[in-house]
Amino acid sequence: MSDPIISIRNVSKRFAGGVTAVDNVNIDIEQNEFFALLGPSGCGKTTLLRMISGLETPTEGQIMIGGEDMAFTPPNLRPTNMVFQSYAVFPHMTVEQNVGYGLKVTNVPSAEIKTRVAEALDMVKLSHLAARKPDQMSGGQRQRVALARALVKRPKVLLLDEPLSALDAKLRDDMRMELTRLQETVGITFIIVTHDQDEALSMASRIAVMDKGAVAQIATPAELYEHPKNRFVADFIGKVNLLDAKIIKQKGKTISCDTETVGKFDIDTEKSASGTATIAIRPEKLKLVTKEPKDGKLVSAKATVRDVAYYGDTSHVILDVGAKELEVNVQNDSRTGGAGVERGQKLWVQFNPDDALVLTE
Amino acid sequence: MSAKLKPGQSPLDYARRPWMIALFIATLIFLYAPIASLIVFSFNVDKTGVWHGFTFMNYVKAWNNADIFSALSNSITIAILCTIFSTILGAMTALTLWRFRFPFKNAYEGFVALPIVVPEICMGVAVLMFFSRTGMTDAVADLPWPFNLTNIVVAHIAFSFPFVTVVVRSRLAGFNRQLEEASKDLGASEVQTFFNVIVPFMMPALIAGALLAFTLSLDDFVITFFSNGPSTTTFPVKIYGMVKRGVDMQINAASTVLIVITLAATLIAMKFQSPGKTGH
Repeated sequence: MSDPIISIRNVSKRFAGGVTAVDNVNIDIEQNEFFALLGPSGCGKTTLLRMISGLETPTEGQIMIGGEDMAFTPPNLRPTNMVFQSYAVFPHMTVEQNVGYGLKVTNVPSAEIKTRVAEALDMVKLSHLAARKPDQMSGGQRQRVALARALVKRPKVLLLDEPLSALDAKLRDDMRMELTRLQETVGITFIIVTHDQDEALSMASRIAVMDKGAVAQIATPAELYEHPKNRFVADFIGKVNLLDAKIIKQKGKTISCDTETVGKFDIDTEKSASGTATIAIRPEKLKLVTKEPKDGKLVSAKATVRDVAYYGDTSHVILDVGAKELEVNVQNDSRTGGAGVERGQKLWVQFNPDDALVLTE
Repeated sequence: MSAKLKPGQSPLDYARRPWMIALFIATLIFLYAPIASLIVFSFNVDKTGVWHGFTFMNYVKAWNNADIFSALSNSITIAILCTIFSTILGAMTALTLWRFRFPFKNAYEGFVALPIVVPEICMGVAVLMFFSRTGMTDAVADLPWPFNLTNIVVAHIAFSFPFVTVVVRSRLAGFNRQLEEASKDLGASEVQTFFNVIVPFMMPALIAGALLAFTLSLDDFVITFFSNGPSTTTFPVKIYGMVKRGVDMQINAASTVLIVITLAATLIAMKFQSPGKTGH
């Protein structure tokens, strides 16, 4: 594997007033990755991105870009370009002038500016609007201008700060595809900051989940979803039922545990646990059945339907199981049945313990 | 409040009520009847105040009156110089207040805006005393034109530039800092960012502020009255002197010209101050 294009080493950022926005973060980002910084608002992901761009400087640590420590290099001298959350398209310039701006201020010959701007506009499909002013354009179009303006500089790394948050739902889906396509076309590293887990899961090749300034886990989308390292990641990525469990005994890789919700069962894990732990199970991995299951391997419990929320493709069923609640996602795979359950209905919920996960931190 | 709304009427359509319209018209008459009569009589043949027929003669006479003409050129020269200096000074003050954090910033901002509310008569006396105590009154009195206007220009800058500061400052308050960051991120230096991004953004406010300074300077009477001398009479001061010596339709003509210049400048200033293009 080649050297990482960006290597963030022991980076911390403390603001005046004692707020630690980024706390000893280490991340290596490889060449041509589509990398996402994901976390709730205030987790430090935007501050980290701004430190990569040079718009903030770290209090401690190194930011290696292309093998060189650039932690204190001003933004205009870094091989990174940013797409801002507000797009920050210059209102007094036409689309063409906006895209050419970064080349003009660095004294690129005007003939070259012209061809490169044309290429960039072509890439984001805006060639027909080259003479427009930004106030005559929609939000989605302005975002494309911001993208073209950054890409025309041929950066080693493109930074995107919540690029889709201001777009409406339909446009957001289109833009997701578009960004993935662009990243494959230009073949450079993209780093995207987002608080939207769907966005990160669907676009990124790797994701760093951040919590309170620190990295909670760095992994591929599938690994984050199926093998979250701790309760925070499990809870933040997708929906999850977290069951408090008492560990009765551990024998090799099998734990016997007792949960208030679904009773006692055995579950396999790589981790060693004692005392208490959390059992995590995704709502789509729970099944609803009307008769008590006989299969000894499955875990099951008696439940009452409290609520059914209809989402078109799926229905989310909230169950009362003893004093606790569980959420189950049911595919609405026929036009007539819906979830096939109604409020107050008594039934059984079951799952395969192989689909559940033991979390100890 | 028990009356029902008519079809198509919304609850805030006050302007459709007849008494409201009557009040509106009465206010307009109260405000503009004196000015309208001044303008109308500038075209009168006779100077008795009774309409005797239409003529441009008063304008021609005023134009050929050497005193009026020199006062007008003094006023316009002062206004132009005052505009240039006030705009630069005002914009720089606004940028300082917007950009930097420093101790006593709020107090400084308050003091900068103070000349807007200080009574002109106080400013006038203060300026007069300042110039005479420092010897500037005598120092500039014998200089060749336009340098003999220095004191008036300085006094005008002192009360005009806070207006520029206020206008530019309020525009800058709506500036999206990400535009500045984007410019630097795209490779521009500090200076390039200032001239390519911040100045174009300020431009409407700079023009509006400049025109404001121009009109303030052009029609200022009180402060100028305290700081002018026999050879540096300005247009408003000249008109005042003529009025004291009796009614002359030349005054109406000259005043009408002043109204037109001021009105035109104000309209342009308002156009540039209109909202929009804030860069968000």
